Amino acid sequence: MSALPMTLPRQHWLPKLVLAPSFVLSFLFIYGLIAWNGYLSLSASRLLPNYEFVGLEQYVTLFESERWWVALTNLAIFGTLFIGGGMVLGLLLAILLDQKIRAEGVLRTIYLYPMALSFIVTGTAWKWILNPGLGLEKVVQDWGFDGFTFDWLVNPDRAIYTVVIAGIWQSAGFVMALFLAGLRGIDDSIIKAAQVDGASLPRIYWRIIIPSLRPVFFSTLMVLAHLAIKSFDLVVALTNGGPGFATDVPATFMYAMAFTRGQIGLGAASATIMLATVAAIVVPYLYSELRTRR
Amino acid sequence: MSSISQLRARRLARALATAGMLAAGAACAGEVEVLHWWTSGGEAKAAAALKAKLQTLGHTWKDFAVAGGGGDSAMTVLKSRVVSGNAPAAAQIKGPSIQEWAREGVLASIDDTAKANNWDALIPKPIADGLKYKGSYVAVPVNVHRVNWLWVNPEVFKKANAKVPTTWDEFFAAAEALKKVGVIPVAHGGQNWQDFTTFEAVALGVGGVDFYKKALVQLDAATLKSPTMEKVLTTFKRVKDYTDKNAPGRDWNLATAMVINGQAGMQIMGDWAKGEFLAAGKVPGKDFVCAPAPGTSKAFTYNVDSFAMFKIKNDANVKAQKDLATAIMSPEFQEAFNLNKGSIPVRLNMDLAKFDDCAKQSSADFVASSKAGSLVPSIAHGMAVPSAAEGAIKDAVSQFWNSDKMTAKEAMERIASAAKVK
Repeated sequence: MSALPMTLPRQHWLPKLVLAPSFVLSFLFIYGLIAWNGYLSLSASRLLPNYEFVGLEQYVTLFESERWWVALTNLAIFGTLFIGGGMVLGLLLAILLDQKIRAEGVLRTIYLYPMALSFIVTGTAWKWILNPGLGLEKVVQDWGFDGFTFDWLVNPDRAIYTVVIAGIWQSAGFVMALFLAGLRGIDDSIIKAAQVDGASLPRIYWRIIIPSLRPVFFSTLMVLAHLAIKSFDLVVALTNGGPGFATDVPATFMYAMAFTRGQIGLGAASATIMLATVAAIVVPYLYSELRTRR
Repeated sequence: MSSISQLRARRLARALATAGMLAAGAACAGEVEVLHWWTSGGEAKAAAALKAKLQTLGHTWKDFAVAGGGGDSAMTVLKSRVVSGNAPAAAQIKGPSIQEWAREGVLASIDDTAKANNWDALIPKPIADGLKYKGSYVAVPVNVHRVNWLWVNPEVFKKANAKVPTTWDEFFAAAEALKKVGVIPVAHGGQNWQDFTTFEAVALGVGGVDFYKKALVQLDAATLKSPTMEKVLTTFKRVKDYTDKNAPGRDWNLATAMVINGQAGMQIMGDWAKGEFLAAGKVPGKDFVCAPAPGTSKAFTYNVDSFAMFKIKNDANVKAQKDLATAIMSPEFQEAFNLNKGSIPVRLNMDLAKFDDCAKQSSADFVASSKAGSLVPSIAHGMAVPSAAEGAIKDAVSQFWNSDKMTAKEAMERIASAAKVK
């Protein structure tokens, strides 16, 4: 029985010791680097990092830059349409697939398949499809509709919408899978009860099923929102920010400034703003998650 | 085939002979690590020639080739190496970036090598100035590309009954004629550096050398907002009417291919385009014509590739680094490399017997312009202004090119404010 006082302290420090390396590493390489980036954004860094403190100068330059505003506007357009469109289409696919049909497994795989492709592949494929001289426009014109034009990809005012199209194409299947899982989790007896009461199927979906999918909506929003903010590869592959810089988003802006234009400080400032945007979405989510657990 | 291999053998023999002479002076062997992105066919061959030469001097060559992105990825690697205090001996850096790196205090002076080999007499002053930091050489040049070229498909021109333009008026007349016979007049790739390559050709042709230097090299605000600038911008925008709709995002070599196969009539592009023509088995003067961009026959827009030398510790390695600099400037290497790359040697007074007609004309214009003071740096290729301002100006010009609404006046304001970016 004298062993008991000895095991107690060990049980006290052992879990902490085991956790310590991963804690130190993640602290150093995640939060340490975030802090370093934050400091760089306050420095006069150009080609190489240097530590001359210049206060908020880089942020002032950033928000005076027209290209940054184009990037932010594009993020707003892309974010709204990508998240909204992806959810609506995903939900629609999920509801249609939920009708207890044959070969559902096959269809589900087909719908989900775009998710298996990387954004680079999606972007490249859509680049060909939307190219006026090769893809959709040419095909339709060859069918005899000479007046048909679909040149959004090369039109500076419309190009960002082509990124939306490719993004939704990519993510709708994944959203569908999330919603389908949600739909399958709904208690059948509620639906049966509604049917007994004489409610029509659309009404059941509208009044009972969709409202009960709220948590799924929420997690889908989280996933899509951070995908939208990080959308770098899709833009690079599809338009490379062009024509001009019409489809620049904050991620491509950051890369251009930090790595090709020798403006590390400015790039760091834009990265900080992006991080703040992500945090503005994720922190409330984490907060609500942690609160409900309690 | 056999004549080529004979040529190569002779070249190698000569390289070996010079190497032998130098080797006698080499006391101890060192290692050079060279960062470059010569990974395509002809370039890789040239790099191999340099490697062979250094090996005959007893040095070890450590290849540090980073492919892709026109050097962007290589620069990222280089930065991390330099920050961690482990710089390579030499890296492919050009233009004002050399000064930017030198200002960080990481480049080594190779003045003694330059003096021993009399570089000041061999390299035209405007180019030499770009290779120096505070009066001493920190970089060694490899080649000179002429950027203000117009590439023409003569067969298409004959069909359209047009003549190779020498002024911008003739250019538009020719473009109109080409359009009538159903050919795309101007092959263009809509990437911001290509937009700018066209823009700087127009600026030089319409505005002249002094305007070019004042507006685009010194970034003088008054000149950037002058009536000449407005004329340059309207002319530039007119060129767009003769390009095709699919241009945005197209790579330059695909645009060149359009000229090669007769789909398009002409292209404004640097002399690396020649490599594409030659690779397609075309003969200069017969299957394609190289002419100075309209209005720029008396001037020369240069793009000089160079190697910046980094501060390194070991004495033997420093010796190897200096031998590398000497080897790069040697006539043998300059000839071998530039034959492969499509550019011309940076050394004045070189024998150009082996080069083609385009290169000979390029070289003659290079020498004449360097005497007349009409040698100007290319902005599109990072030779004239610091990268931050360069990027901002490129953005403004591309925006003007792509926008249907922006007027030349608005564009002038944007370019002028972009020029202030530091």
